[in-house]
Amino acid sequence: MKFAGLLVMPAGFFLAVAALVLFPDAALRATFVLCGLAVEALGLGVAVRGHMERLTDVHLAPALKVTGGASRR
Amino acid sequence: MTTPAAVLPLSDSLFALTLALLLLAPLAIAGVALVNTGLGRSRSAAQSLLGSITIVAVAVIAFAVVGVAFAGNPSYTFFLAGKPWNWLGGAPLLLHNFNASQPLSQMGVLFEFMAVAFAAMIPWGSGADRYRLPAGCISTAFLAAAVFPLLAHWIWGGGWLAQLGANFGLGAGFLDAGGAATVHALGGLSALAVVWIAGSRKGKFPKEGLATAMPGHNAVYILFGCLLALIGWTAWNVAGAILWLHAAPSTLVVTVINTLLAASTALVATFTVTRTRFGKPDASMCANGWLAGLVTSSACAGIVTPLEAIFVGGIAGLATPLLVELLELALSIDDPSGAITVHAFGGLWGLFAAGLFAPQQGQMLAQLVASPRFLAWCSRLSICSPRSSTA
Repeated sequence: MKFAGLLVMPAGFFLAVAALVLFPDAALRATFVLCGLAVEALGLGVAVRGHMERLTDVHLAPALKVTGGASRR
Repeated sequence: MTTPAAVLPLSDSLFALTLALLLLAPLAIAGVALVNTGLGRSRSAAQSLLGSITIVAVAVIAFAVVGVAFAGNPSYTFFLAGKPWNWLGGAPLLLHNFNASQPLSQMGVLFEFMAVAFAAMIPWGSGADRYRLPAGCISTAFLAAAVFPLLAHWIWGGGWLAQLGANFGLGAGFLDAGGAATVHALGGLSALAVVWIAGSRKGKFPKEGLATAMPGHNAVYILFGCLLALIGWTAWNVAGAILWLHAAPSTLVVTVINTLLAASTALVATFTVTRTRFGKPDASMCANGWLAGLVTSSACAGIVTPLEAIFVGGIAGLATPLLVELLELALSIDDPSGAITVHAFGGLWGLFAAGLFAPQQGQMLAQLVASPRFLAWCSRLSICSPRSSTA
């Protein structure tokens, strides 16, 4: 999920660059650039969420190990 | 490959002034190194300062050997939709034949040397107690040889971001005279990548309860570093205005005043927020607010009026303590030096404000087109940085 977010971020950038080439009209161009920024922010959000989930897993891992050891005893 | 664009002449007096300013600019690096050291633990203070110096050395060497070629001119250009896209420099390696270049170009390269050293040092403070020095040097070499030169060429070397104005009618192209993007946004987002990869310090986020407070060990280092940084930053912003905005000498005093105003307003805003929230002002947070104000001034000191500088610095100062708390408490991101907030947010906010207040038509769009580029670099760095870089 983290890497998916990181891949979405450049997509947002390319959207902003494509707007420059595709739309000579200032309003349309601005709209698409803002959309690119939004996609970029979305990617960052997904990457942060992915990172947080991974962090939670890492924090839980030692506890799971202890539980496993106790059940074996 | 295209030849460099015509370079404006630099008079002898302006050359001397710029050189003198660039000789003062390393004080900003020294100040931030001192702030990072003070914000860390006492047991790692020597390691922190040694690391800062070593990383500056590695960055400068890597940039001189490889990076300067990608950042300089002449450059490689391709044509898309009938427009030129100048994307990569093709100058000789190892500063070959550097003496023959024009004074303004030489000053530009010197400015880039300072900038790469600064940008490389920013993540070091965020990775305190986790980031190994050899690994930090490897990451720095990559940043100074490949990442920074590309951005420097796009913005300062006549690259496609600088030509957004000429090619697409977006104001004067992407404006970043003091390195808010190339130094601070890049450094701050690299810091985010380092912290993501390295994780938090031991005991910072216990399994139960709130995050453990790990205050800086020496407030005098932190606050003296802020004063040193002010001198360096002022010199940096004025030199940047001369080199990249081609500012007239009559506008340089306003640039200095704007730098001072942005930092001062940011400090007062952070002071007020911490005083209101915690009952007393927090020295380390106030230092971060001061630095955030300086970072925002990097983008807009040469463009905005003093009143606008007060507004820009005020917003940076208000947001700094809130963002530091958000990152630590809500997102569990352990950033001892606050570099992500100060440099990444401060830089991006400054770039946005420069577009907001610039007199040219379409300048805001130029700033908005370029800003996502720096967020995207964060992903590149996250993927490219080796996992072995952490302790």
